[in-house]
Amino acid sequence: MDNIGLIGAASVLAAGLAIGIGGVGPGIGEGNAAHAALKAMAQQPDEAGNITKTLFICMAMCESTAIYAFVITMIILFANPFWNHVIETVAK
Amino acid sequence: MIENFDKIIVFTVFGFGINATIFSTWIIMAILMLLSWLATRNLSHTVGGKVSRVQTAMEAIVKAIHDQIKAADPHNNPMVFMPMIGTFFLFIAVANLLTIIPWFKPPTASLSTSLAYAICVAVVMFVYGFKTAGFLGYLRKYIEPHPIMLPLNIISDIASIFSLAVRLYGNVLSGCVVGTVLLALVPYLIPLPLQLLGLLTGTIQAYIFAILSIMYITSVEPKKRK
Repeated sequence: MDNIGLIGAASVLAAGLAIGIGGVGPGIGEGNAAHAALKAMAQQPDEAGNITKTLFICMAMCESTAIYAFVITMIILFANPFWNHVIETVAK
Repeated sequence: MIENFDKIIVFTVFGFGINATIFSTWIIMAILMLLSWLATRNLSHTVGGKVSRVQTAMEAIVKAIHDQIKAADPHNNPMVFMPMIGTFFLFIAVANLLTIIPWFKPPTASLSTSLAYAICVAVVMFVYGFKTAGFLGYLRKYIEPHPIMLPLNIISDIASIFSLAVRLYGNVLSGCVVGTVLLALVPYLIPLPLQLLGLLTGTIQAYIFAILSIMYITSVEPKKRK
């Protein structure tokens, strides 16, 4: 396979793997956080407002790792320096 | 396909192309300044006197931010940090909430805006650390558990600043990109719940940015007895 094909195929594969594997950890983490929050709300229904607020903050922190993976995928797909370099070399 | 909002030129002024990010920032600045002027036109203290509704609303918002800063950092007067943290929170919240207007490009969807705010937080972190703990006292934090942790502590500092920027940028940008993709695929009703989710995460990210910047800034301070 020539350079263009190789870089294209590797980029697509890397993008898919980045978001696919990168979404597993945060998903499990957010599920655990929701589990703990629901259990706490069931034990103390009066504190539901406080618990909900803290739950959203914890979910945002877990989400940030998934967002890092998403940003890497977007960079690979749309601002790929290797692809741009190969395209420039071929255009010359 | 991904929108880089820094490349859309709206109009040119004196030879500079004003891109969509700067234009949206100006719009948000105009909105916030108009609201502040309306709220502080006839400031009045007394409950019996006439207190305008905008002033009451603004006081509620300022009190909410004040309580949040106090909850994150109980040892200081919250008014020391209120200008910067309040501005971060209000600007990012208004910027993310205004995405409900169809052709508005949120300025936080550009890495330049988020990175600029994160660098401001980094500078304040250093300056406040030097002011409260002294130059050597601040540098001692890098060899805190054991001097062999020095490179790891430096990297963790840099990474927390970058993560502050990328978290905000990534959340807002992912909301915009998902909205664009869904509009291309199923434009009829499906983008609506995702637009709502985008509004919710935008507000939460504003709150997270403000609270995390307080935590980073006051992390080195020696805890005085109150």
